[in-house]
Formats: sequence, C-alpha cells, structure tokens
Amino acid sequence: MTNTIPEIGKAACIFVIGSNTAAAHPIIGRQINRAVGNGAKLIVADPREIMVCRMADVWLRHQPGTDVALLNAIARVIIEEKLLDTSFIKERCEGFEAFEAAVMAWDLSQAEEITGVAARQIAEAARMYASTSPATILYAMGITQHSHGTDNVKAVANLALLTGNIGKPSSGVNPLRGQNNVQGACDMGALPDVFPGYQKVDDPEIRKKFEKAWDCKLNATPGLTLCEIFEAAHSGKVKALYLLGENPVLTEADTNFVEEAISHLELLVVQDIFLTETAQMADVVLPAASFAEKDGTFTNTERRVQRVRKAIEPVGNTRSDWMIICDTAKNMGAKGFDFNKPEEIMEEIRSLTPIYGGITYERIDEAGVQWPCPDTEHSGTPYLYAERFTTPGGRGQFTPISYTPSAEVTSHEYPLILTTRRSIFHYHSTMSRKVAGLNTLRGEEQVEINPVDAAGLEIEDGETVKVVSRRGTVRAKAKISKITPPGVVSMTFHYTETRTNVLTHSALDPIAKIPELKVCAVKIEREIDYRTEYWGWGTGKD
Amino acid sequence: MPNQPMTNHISLNINGLDVKAPEGATILKAAQGAGIYIPTLCYCPGLTPEGTCRICLVKIEKKKKLHPACRTPVEEGMAVITDDAEIELVRRVTLELILSDHDFNCLLCPKSGTCRLQELVNRIGFAEKRLNRLNRVAKDLPVDTSNPFFDFNPNKCIQCGICVRTCREIVGVAAIDMGYRGYELKVSTFGDKPFTESVCVSCGECVERCPVGALIPKRIEYPTREVKTTCAYCGVGCGLYLGVRGNTVIRARGDCENPVNRGELCIRGRFGYKFIHSPDRLSSPLVRAYDPLERIAHGIDETGRPGKPLTAPLVKREGKFVEVNWDQAIKYVASTLVHYKGDQFAAVSSAKCTNEENYLFQKFVRAVMGTNKIDHCARL
Repeated sequence: MTNTIPEIGKAACIFVIGSNTAAAHPIIGRQINRAVGNGAKLIVADPREIMVCRMADVWLRHQPGTDVALLNAIARVIIEEKLLDTSFIKERCEGFEAFEAAVMAWDLSQAEEITGVAARQIAEAARMYASTSPATILYAMGITQHSHGTDNVKAVANLALLTGNIGKPSSGVNPLRGQNNVQGACDMGALPDVFPGYQKVDDPEIRKKFEKAWDCKLNATPGLTLCEIFEAAHSGKVKALYLLGENPVLTEADTNFVEEAISHLELLVVQDIFLTETAQMADVVLPAASFAEKDGTFTNTERRVQRVRKAIEPVGNTRSDWMIICDTAKNMGAKGFDFNKPEEIMEEIRSLTPIYGGITYERIDEAGVQWPCPDTEHSGTPYLYAERFTTPGGRGQFTPISYTPSAEVTSHEYPLILTTRRSIFHYHSTMSRKVAGLNTLRGEEQVEINPVDAAGLEIEDGETVKVVSRRGTVRAKAKISKITPPGVVSMTFHYTETRTNVLTHSALDPIAKIPELKVCAVKIEREIDYRTEYWGWGTGKD
Repeated sequence: MPNQPMTNHISLNINGLDVKAPEGATILKAAQGAGIYIPTLCYCPGLTPEGTCRICLVKIEKKKKLHPACRTPVEEGMAVITDDAEIELVRRVTLELILSDHDFNCLLCPKSGTCRLQELVNRIGFAEKRLNRLNRVAKDLPVDTSNPFFDFNPNKCIQCGICVRTCREIVGVAAIDMGYRGYELKVSTFGDKPFTESVCVSCGECVERCPVGALIPKRIEYPTREVKTTCAYCGVGCGLYLGVRGNTVIRARGDCENPVNRGELCIRGRFGYKFIHSPDRLSSPLVRAYDPLERIAHGIDETGRPGKPLTAPLVKREGKFVEVNWDQAIKYVASTLVHYKGDQFAAVSSAKCTNEENYLFQKFVRAVMGTNKIDHCARL
C-alpha cells in the first residue's frame, strides 16, 4: 500500500477494484464504511455483488478479466473531459503522450461491448474518481491473479498518475496484501530475484555486499517463482523441495499438476504446524510452533513492522521455524546461523536491508514503524512517493496498455467462467478449518450460480453439482444467488473436501508469473442421472 | 478531521464549576473532561449518541425540559446542572422502568460484576415499592444459541441499541435492528431469524460492546495474563492481546492503542486463534523411509491415528510416517540436503512466518544451498 490503513477512512473517493474488502480484509472494509459514513464517494468494480456494493455510488459490474478495457475507458473519459491533473503529469510523470495516444484509440462503445458495463456508468465513475480529491484505489487478487495481471496493475497506476492521486495523504494506489506477513516475506527476499530489501541478485555490487556479510559465494542467476518451481519439479529439474508453512496442494492453480510434480520429487521436506494435504506427501515433516509460541515481527499491508510476542510455550514437541532452520544449517556446517533470539536476527536484517535500517525491537515495542525507515532517527514513512517515485528518473511512468483477453475463454463445451473468491469465515486452506466454530458457520463449499444459469441447467438450490474444467472435476453444493452475474460461477478454495484449484488454470502472467486463478472456463452438470429419474416415472416409485 | 487548526474553546458552567470544552463537544464530553460523572447507558464511545435511554438527562438553565447530555452540544455561557433532586428522581424512575421487565437472575448472569445496569442500580438506586408496582413478569423469550461463538438472550436486553449502532456504523453490515413495537420491542435480525441465518458476519463487535448480559460469548474465561501481539490471519495486521491461562490461549481481544484496528477485530482475529490448540497440531517431527512406490499415493493413513496429536518425531517407513526425535530429524534433513545443493534444490518460504524466519530461510537457501530458487505464496 502506498498509504496507511486509517487514511482510507479519510478519503473523499474510494475506488475498489478486484477486492472483496469486507470479506477478505474486514478491518479495511470498515474503513470504507467509515469513509462513506463521512460522505465519501465509493466506486466498486467487481463482477460479483460483494458486500461493499451496497454502499457504492457506482457499481461497475464488468466481466471477469476485462479490467484493462474498463480502466482504459475510464482514463479516456478523464482525458476527454479534461479532468486530468496536468501540473502533476508535467512535474512528476513521463510517458504521457504515448499513453494518451493508446487510450484515445479506445472507444467507449468498444469498452462497453467487452466489459458489459454501460458507457454512461463508466463515464460517471471516471468523473467521480477524477473530480473528488483525495481519491484512493484499493485492489487485491481480483486485479493481479490474471495472465495479464501486470497490465492490470499498470492500468490502475495510470489512473492514479493521470489524476495526481498519489503521494499524498489518503490518495494513492493500495494493493491489499493477503497473508499476514506476505509483505514481510517479500521484504526479506523470499523471492527468486532479490535479496532482502528488493536488492537484485544479479547486481554484482549488491552480491558482493551479501557475500561479505554471509562469508560465502552467491549464485548470480535469479531463481524460479512458485509456479515455475512446480513445473521444474514436474520435469525433474528440481529434485528436492523444502516447503515452509504452505499448502500448494490446495492453493496452487491446477493442483492435479502440482500433486504430480510433487510425486516426481526425490525429497520433500515440509515444515508446518499441521499435517496439511501437502505435508502428507512429504518425506520429512518438521512440526513448527505457531505465532503465539514465538517472538518475531510481521509486516502488514501498509508496510508497518509490528512485534509478534510469545504468549505460550511451544505446543507439544514443536519448535520455532527459525530454530529449525538454524539447527539444519549448523548441522550442514554452515556459518552465520548462531542466533539465540529473533532480535539478533533483526539486527543482521537491518544491517543489510536499507529500508529496514531503522527498525529495532526497542523502537517497535509500543507501535509498529512503517518502512522505508533508513535509520534509527527516521520515524518511518506513512505514505510513499511524496517527492519522487522509485523509478530511475524519479518520475511516475505512464504505460500504454492494451487489452488482452484471459488465457482461457468460454466455449460451447465449457460455457461458464469460474472465478475464485474467499469466504469471510475462512482463511486459505488450513488454520481456520481447524476452528470448530468457523466450520459450523461455513463448513462446505458453495458454488454461487446465477438463477438464469441455474434455471437453464435445471439446478436446484443446495443440490450437489459437478463442476468440470479441462483439468478436473469437483463436486459441491450449488447456491443459487444473484451475487454472480449470468455466465459466471464462483467458488472458494478453503475446503479439502472440494479442491476448487483442481479446476483453475495455471496460465502465468509473463512478468509477475502469477497464475490466472480468477478466470477459467467450466461447465456444471447435475449429479442426478436424468435417465434413472425418467425411468422412475409411472412405476409407483418416487 | 486531521490537520485542522485547534478548535475554539467554549466556556460553560457545570454544577457551578467553570468548564472549557471544544466547540461541537457534547455536555457529556465536557463533563467527563472536567471529571464530573454523568450516568450513561446507551452511550458508547465511537458511536453516534442516540439518547434513547434517558439516563444521562441533565438540566440546562433557561431551558424547559431535561436534555440528554450525550447528544446535546455545549453552548457559550451554558449553565448545566447534572444532579439535583428532580434529576435524581427522573433517573430513578427511568431506571425502574428499565428494570421492570428485566430478568433479575444476576447471580447466574455471566455479565455480573461488569454489567452496566448493575453499576447504575448501585449509583442511582430504586424505590422498591414503585418497582414492585411497575414490575411485569420478566420476558421469557427464547435464547438464540445458533452462533458458535456467542449467544443472544433477549430477556437480558435493555434495548440500548448499542449493538444495532455497532453493526451499522462500525461493521457496516447492519445485520440487526430494533424489531416489533412497544413492549414487544426487541433487537432482531431481518425476519427475526437465528443469527446464523442472517447476514451477520460473527465478528463479535456487538458482543464486545453489549453493556449487559444480552449478547454474551459462549464461554467466558478470564485470562491470568495478556500478551500484546499481532494477528496471524490477513495482511491488515491488527494488534491483538492474547489472553493466556496456564499454557493455553483462551481469549483474543483487539488492541485499542494499535493504529491499524483501534481495538476492532473480525471473526478470524477474535475467534480464529483456536487453531493454536487444535488436536490436529503436529507435535513431533515425522520422517518416512524412502519408498518411491508409496510416494505417488496420497491420502495415506499417516500414523494410523488421524486427529491424534503426535508425541514424538516421525519417519515414514513402508509408506508410513515414523516418529523420530529432533536430533534424528535434523540430521536426516541436513545429511540429505547436502546431496541436493545447487539448482536441483528449490524452497518455498511462508508468508505466515515472521520476517526473521523468512530472512533466515532465504539466507539458508542462498548461502548454504547455493541457489536463488526460493519463493513464497505471494501470488496465490
């Protein structure tokens, strides 16, 4: 996020696109509620009628995977009606002319045809976003989990630059990060191409710094992303995999392929707090301690580094992840893993990571500090890009984006679009499923299907149906509701009983390598056999 | 609003004391600022004051009627009296009316001791004779126990509307509202259905704010100590206090000082901590003897005792995991990984682990295993 969470509540206009905020990030959803209560305008762009739609001034119900067409059309209206912030563009941005040319080649009626949103509504949203300040954009996986996710994000950024809605309080571009410490895991370099603090592995200077600090020789070739790792495992290029607290057998796209890839591995080590579906396939399972049993820090979506404190002793014979990693490394004869407590690790982190330079346990004891925080005198950065952007020239970069359809579109055989969602009662695949009360509230998968499609397929509410894609089949109960538009069905992926990701498509974005979890083509079939039903007629049997 | 210049201060007089209050403040705020107690019931900080309970009524000089302190703004030169015989009498009768159909079984009420109604009875008191005359038979409405985390007992409800306002103003769900009319008035979901059949998201914010025993957690336990930490569910990073008793986490509540959530929590944060003590938790390393045929099958009966906590490290033998101790497990992993150094090794870190652990893990992968093939679930 470029802004802080409380700033959302003070925005005058909020544009939510591809984020079911009230369900996935309920506390941020309440900030939207607060802002609307204070008179803020709310624009929601989502194919599903999500909870925040009720409060929205404009709801753009576009087809899944058509975000670029929608965002470009909004940009066109802003340029056409001269609602753009020319001084901001002149002073702080570059590449506007190319962008303008690309956008103006777009016709509103074309956008209307692709997205299914009326041109009048697009124009209304554009005027609202451009003329109400401060305006902020919230997005999440609905934008990123596409084979053109990077394009989507750039199209969002273009809008913010066009209207000068960035680098100020309550106005910016705010990707809402999913997991509690996904921001921190990225910051700490759990990525194939960067060291901690987004320092490139192929930069010789940077590598020299880390080689000196870690006293070893480092590999200069960037590694593989998650989906590529499983592809490499499948083809036998990767033979051993060490997995920490993750359950790809449920959460990866096209999980049949992932299971096959895992079965090709020679060694799978899983370190987790539960015997997950993935851990069941492992050769070694190392039981880890949960967040309540260890000290450390988490970095939230607004870049705030906060303390995690040990509340209880590790349950059973479990150990903290950091202790297990240290022990394994020491056992392999490695140096530089002699830590007695997490605070010592943080000291090493901040010596090597400029953005974390000023973060000490002492400073974040009371309240967290938001990075970038280069030194202990610095008070942290609530919102980013106040003076310059992190591009080489320091200027905001407009990118001309053209619309590309999703990798898998509907066909005669697979006429419906499946888009995955998250339930408010559960979280991904493991932790919340272990809480009895949450299972009482929502214990099984529900396939949301529009009454129009349900009538066509003669499906009744609550009936078990088969959802079939080119990659697999799952069974789940149908929930007939107008939440999804006709032609679109929606499922969560929390349940091991219904492994939704068997269906999803693993087409990757060329840059971000994110799988297209939000769009794939499926068909729905009734579980009941029509023939037996038919032969039952008139025989006196029901 | 932030960055606003300091607002003008208004001088008024409360009970003969000269008091200064910022413009727009209510009499209640001004009185509280000056250390003057005004009893309240339906007032709750952070919510719009509705003034429905009439307990905070005060007298304003040169004005007829009594005014609710919680929603009357201060005015320059105002003279307020917060307690005299007349006000006391009005408050007392109001309280008696609230008490007249209340279920008095205080000893069996889980809220006893922290109940605001009890506090007011102690402060304001009641006339027994009048109460007896007013007294109607306590309501005997069914208790809604459908929600797995809290119960709603309408017989204890005093219709202050704090829960209704919380759900509407803070949560933005508006699952409940006042239903029916007159004596039948009660807090109800749409169509008076059980909570689980309504749009309620079970966040428990109303339970947290209910001043009496109407909305009450299923199990009330008091912790021996509380530990300030950060929630482990989503990326919002709400501040939490985990309540600990023995070596068990028994409660989670929001940290009011945390700038992110200011004391609020969602269903996962407030009730989802229970996974910590799930019987399914792994508690011992497991290893399986290398057996290529067995590896393809899944859903293997791992220990023969599913759901039962493991008590020693495991190794898989003949397709099954075997418990091993930590030394054996670490040695096994270390001695095996030595053979996979370089690009045939890959690692997946976890967005559930701490920064320190992610740092160490990538350091391990890069410095010890000699590869950059590390990623985590940022894309899922």
